[in-house]
Amino acid sequence: MFSIDRWQEIYLTIRKNKLRTFLTGFAVAWGIFMLIILLGSGNGLENGVKEQFKGGAMNGIWISSGVTSVQYKGLKTGREIKFTDQDYKLIKNSIKGYDRISARLFLGNVLVSNKNEYGNFFVSPSHPDYGYIKEIKVLQGRFLNQIDIRECRKVAAIGEKVQAQLFKGRDSIALEKYVNIKGVPFKVIGIFRDFGRGDDEQKRIYIPITTAQKVFYTSNVINQISFTTGDASPEEADAMLRKAKQTLARSHTFSPDDPRAIDIMNKSEDVRRFNALFAGIRMFIWIIGIGTIIAGIVGVSNIMMISVKERTKEIGIRKALGATPASIIGLVMQEAIMITGFAGYVGLVLGVGLLELISKSMPPSDFFRNPEANLSIALGATVLLIIAGAFAGFFPAMKAAGIRPIEALREE
Amino acid sequence: MSCCPGTRDLNRLPMIDISNIHKTYITGNNKLHVLKGINLKIEAGEMISVMGASGSGKSTLLNILGILDNHDHGEYLLNGIKIEHLNERKAAQLRNKYLGFVFQSFNLVSFKNAAENVALPLYYQNVKRKKRNAIAMEYLDRMGLKEWAHHLPNELSGGQKQRVAIARALIGKPKVILADEPTGALDSVTSQEVMDILTEINKNENITMLIVTHELDISRRTQKTIRITDGMITEIVKNEKIVMNVMS
Repeated sequence: MFSIDRWQEIYLTIRKNKLRTFLTGFAVAWGIFMLIILLGSGNGLENGVKEQFKGGAMNGIWISSGVTSVQYKGLKTGREIKFTDQDYKLIKNSIKGYDRISARLFLGNVLVSNKNEYGNFFVSPSHPDYGYIKEIKVLQGRFLNQIDIRECRKVAAIGEKVQAQLFKGRDSIALEKYVNIKGVPFKVIGIFRDFGRGDDEQKRIYIPITTAQKVFYTSNVINQISFTTGDASPEEADAMLRKAKQTLARSHTFSPDDPRAIDIMNKSEDVRRFNALFAGIRMFIWIIGIGTIIAGIVGVSNIMMISVKERTKEIGIRKALGATPASIIGLVMQEAIMITGFAGYVGLVLGVGLLELISKSMPPSDFFRNPEANLSIALGATVLLIIAGAFAGFFPAMKAAGIRPIEALREE
Repeated sequence: MSCCPGTRDLNRLPMIDISNIHKTYITGNNKLHVLKGINLKIEAGEMISVMGASGSGKSTLLNILGILDNHDHGEYLLNGIKIEHLNERKAAQLRNKYLGFVFQSFNLVSFKNAAENVALPLYYQNVKRKKRNAIAMEYLDRMGLKEWAHHLPNELSGGQKQRVAIARALIGKPKVILADEPTGALDSVTSQEVMDILTEINKNENITMLIVTHELDISRRTQKTIRITDGMITEIVKNEKIVMNVMS
């Protein structure tokens, strides 16, 4: 079907009808161009929103203590719930299938110094697993470990901005040196980068929670428990969260349905919701894009129909000379696929080019960044083009095959 | 050639053998009975002309013989092959193998040059491009058109176009050439030149020829002339002598 002779035939036909071919191709190119721009913009929007989720495992659940808002078992509302190490242990023992778990203590913004350099930083006492839950990347040294916890070591992992602010000039390397947190010296064991949003995430200091409880006299109080759900399905993750809520509700005697007794951030749930939203947006974009392409296909089909009508006599001559219906169908369909495919690719390249231009020239924002058309979109568009071309050519080709040579030869 | 039962030479298979061919065209409520029982046998290598008034059915007969149209009733054997209820593919293959066409309006493909037009039947025989171009040049050379090989039809004169069409009809080495008013669009000098070519081909290559014409001096150059009147063969003339009068 795809012989050089056939291509030559198509080339001759196209050369004979340059303007018509150009206009036909333009409709298809425009359709694909719009589809790529729409899909790329959808991706840009999705990337922007995904950026909001950075700085923590996608399957992470954070539970912070709050204040009761529902009367329960004779207890008044407005009761402050205070988590302790006991809650951490209860959660750890009661829920099944979690991946990593950590407690956190909020010390807030604390004055930290290195010799004559001072700064206020968010000091966050936690367990070692929090590095994983928060998706922290250690640049030098290490993060907290179990020995630090067990031996209540005075060690600290500091954000790269903390290092930059407290260790300047000749003294720019913080590793193995000491920082004073609330007047207590802590040895710097690691420098990390947090991929979370904003500078604040880089200005954190993590110390062992057991150490903080001792040196800052916070007793066994903790402020937050967080864990990741591993490979659990959404239903299993929901069950884990339900179990954690029930455990805490029983332990602190508050209603499991009280929305304010504990504050929950379920990232996997948010991610699920946004994924569903963007799946909807993507489908919407494909529907619009395919609609535009269909308009192009109808255009190609129409033009091919006119082409077949114009070429009735030629087709009649070919049939009189021995052209079989299959060869006529092949000729018309291949021409339609060629026009659709070529024009579509022009639209594809222009669309990808424009997206690249936007991506490079536009500053990333919170809700729109890196509008890209990935390989799967390009492959999808290619398959779509071939199908579209074949579809555009099918009906005109059948019409051409049905032309009776005797009637065609009578045409003037 | 024979027109009647009993006159058939049983030892020799006619190139064209039709008996009791009928054709009716139906347009709306109107029925037009164009061919009313044509019987005709043409031997291989014969050169026959068909004459008749406009609407007498001569072109319809030619189209049926060329497998461009179907007959409603009767039997048609082409080189012993029964032509009946053929699908388009089979019909196209038979046309390509056995038949060559020459039309009054030349019917060249407008955007193909002379050589490409001549080579077209070989394209449908799957002959490789290089080979079919070389053969097309040979045929154009025979027609004295080698220098015009790369010219488009609209750059050629009427006589040249018809010679290109004859070359195209010949290139597939057909058994039969069917010519529908081949000189109808040409002046008298060019008409004679075209007839010279057709006569020479008939003599040298033993190709059977059936030429539909209005012109007496063209028909006189063929071995026999069939006259069709109102869808029936009414007269057969051989070398300017009436060999039979069907109506009498």
